[in-house]
Amino acid sequence: MSDNTAHDEPELVQLLTPEGELRHHPDYPLDLGAEEVRGLYRDLVLVRRVDTEAVALQRQGELGLWASLLGQEAAQIGSARALRPQDMAFPSYREHGVAWVRGVDPRELLGMFRGVTNGGWDPAEHGLHLYTIVIGSQTLHATGYAMGVQRDGATGGDDGTAVIVYFGDGATSQGDTNEAFNFAAVNNAPVVFFCQNNQWAISEPLERQSRVPLYRRAAGFGFPGVRVDGNDVFASLAVTRRALQHAREGQGPMLIEAFTYRMGAHTTNDDPTRYRVAAELEEWKRKDPILRLRAYMAANGVADDDFFAAVDAEADKLGERVRIECRALPDPDPLDIFHEVYAEPHAQLDLQRAEFADYLASFEDAGAEGGR
Amino acid sequence: MSPTATAGTAAAATAATAAERGRAAAPPAHLTMRDALNRALDTALAEDPATLVFGEDVGRLGGVFRVTDGLQRRHGADRVFDTPIAESGIVGLAVGLAMNGWRPVPEIQFDGFAYPAVDQIVNQMARMHYRSRGTAPMPITLRVPSFGGIQAPEHHGESLEALFAHVPGLRVAAPADPLDAYHLLLQSIRGDDPVVFLEPKSRYWDRAPLPEGGLAAAPELPVGASRVVRPGRHATLVAWGAMVRRCLAAADLAAEDGVELEVVDLRWLKPLDADAVAASAARTRRAVVVHEAPLTAGLGGEVAALVTERAFRDLAAPVQRVTGFDVPYPAGPLEPQYLPTVDRILFAVQRTLEY
Ligand SMILES: Cc1ncc(C[n+]2csc(CCOP(=O)(O)OP(=O)(O)O)c2C)c(N)n1
Ligand SMILES: [Mg+2]
Repeated sequence: MSDNTAHDEPELVQLLTPEGELRHHPDYPLDLGAEEVRGLYRDLVLVRRVDTEAVALQRQGELGLWASLLGQEAAQIGSARALRPQDMAFPSYREHGVAWVRGVDPRELLGMFRGVTNGGWDPAEHGLHLYTIVIGSQTLHATGYAMGVQRDGATGGDDGTAVIVYFGDGATSQGDTNEAFNFAAVNNAPVVFFCQNNQWAISEPLERQSRVPLYRRAAGFGFPGVRVDGNDVFASLAVTRRALQHAREGQGPMLIEAFTYRMGAHTTNDDPTRYRVAAELEEWKRKDPILRLRAYMAANGVADDDFFAAVDAEADKLGERVRIECRALPDPDPLDIFHEVYAEPHAQLDLQRAEFADYLASFEDAGAEGGR
Repeated sequence: MSPTATAGTAAAATAATAAERGRAAAPPAHLTMRDALNRALDTALAEDPATLVFGEDVGRLGGVFRVTDGLQRRHGADRVFDTPIAESGIVGLAVGLAMNGWRPVPEIQFDGFAYPAVDQIVNQMARMHYRSRGTAPMPITLRVPSFGGIQAPEHHGESLEALFAHVPGLRVAAPADPLDAYHLLLQSIRGDDPVVFLEPKSRYWDRAPLPEGGLAAAPELPVGASRVVRPGRHATLVAWGAMVRRCLAAADLAAEDGVELEVVDLRWLKPLDADAVAASAARTRRAVVVHEAPLTAGLGGEVAALVTERAFRDLAAPVQRVTGFDVPYPAGPLEPQYLPTVDRILFAVQRTLEY
């Protein structure tokens, strides 16, 4: 790892080729039953459907914004399916697949992007912290959380707890992220850094962020790094499982660079035609995470046409539910903004709340619409 | 050039006044605040080869609000460039460039992401000139799309003025309309002190008619000056950024009831044009200050204190504050509830009139 140039071709852990052929990797054996493989396929299809619906809902004005995970399904589903119930995950803002696996209903995600809440779910209940918009911040939170795990004595065996944190290629430039790498290394914290390198940070291609393949950053901090094919759900699962095990057993952090592609716009506000060529997308479409799994399953008798049709039907139903539930999300009560700002009573804020309540009530009394 | 650029000046002038209040259709030759800021940056890059523009996505994309659109193409990637995502890095870089004689105009993509750069802004940029006894120049203009009003997600609606106005060594400015934005930004860049330049993102698409003779012919006020954007005699509204237009809307409504409100656009938040604001308050005998930021320790308190110190005997009522609440900036649908409304402004006016 002494070579710090980007010129040599880095190794990419891949268990399933874009054509759907299985590859063996000595370090990352994976033994999945047909049922598990079908489960992964279902996850991939369903989260893609949630995502497609969300983009459409934003277009219809039902959501303020949406950050699409299109193309990154395998990296998210594979890594999240490697988690155990006791583990804790820290997402950025695009981890809808991880949220899905952690049992967060899509409705909660849509609520955040609709703006009816700044948070959405109970992190402890789901083993998934809230989405984090400020780039890189959550890497430190995950490291701190992991050091708490360490102090609870919850590492050191097969039943230990591990922490995973998700962030993007752009986030590797942020001071917080580099501090987290170092803190985790110095403290041997049980945390897996899962970087989805989707090649873009809004309009900036990876070469604006880094001169070395991202997984090699880890070496400088003194822990292992590995690049995995992020469009390969098998490899993402196997590599993350191994990294989590490493953390669980008390061997410290690992960095996983999931090599993938942001097939959509950065968010629904973004217009990628301004900064990237269409040919790039076409190239990545050939590496689509769902198509390759389906090709593998069909060719190896893991599933038949009925199964694929059933998953599609389930996706249709889910899409419909998402549409209906999103439109039905209640507007928050204006006085909600005063809730939970503090844990303890705060007289000044209580006064502001009371005055605002009076102000709102004055419109009700007058039978008029408040708040011009 | 627009084919209708030669439209009658009288009609254009009427449209001008109305457009500033956000009610008129687009006049024939107009520009947005985004355009005006873009032109100011273009002018600054053209007139001084030491000027540099950099930040996240400011190059090929032209910034997420397109304020830097076309600048990289025109002035080259050495002078207009994308940085890695690291706000502390962006400002620290600007400090180093300034020490070496450059005139950096870095951008922080959104208000909330200025917080990671606070160390470089406060500990370094703000006091380098002082520490070096004037030998280290710091002519940095830190542009920050700021304030709320566009129903963006969390961390995209912050008001930073009180935080940065509190820091010795910094100047703070916030434009309220397109024409003024042009000169305000250019003056900030040409000045030799570090300026935190807060752009009201909800006003980027506001239009104003282009004056005959172009942008450079727009009225230019002295550095540090506030301006009366609407004269009145019953009470003074003091605001900056996006709240200026809201105050003008409130003044329109008050006028229907025969109450004539004077509206002062502060423009410079540090140093603050205390004498002019106090003079206005002394004339009308009543003042209401309006801002998006939370109430407690907001700049409204500073304005109230300055007015009270200077015009105490002329005031008929204590200075009122209409502000956001002491809560984190709320998500989308609750934003209109949080931001000062025309009604809340008028209620405060009423309180001063009835005092
Ligand atoms: C501290 C901070 N700076 C800037 C932003 C604005 N911003 C939002 S997403 C983004 C790009 C992030 O790229 P990457 O880390 O690669 O994640 P991706 O969006 O590709 O998943 C930027 C600059 C932010 N959210 N936080
Ligand atoms: Mg990215």
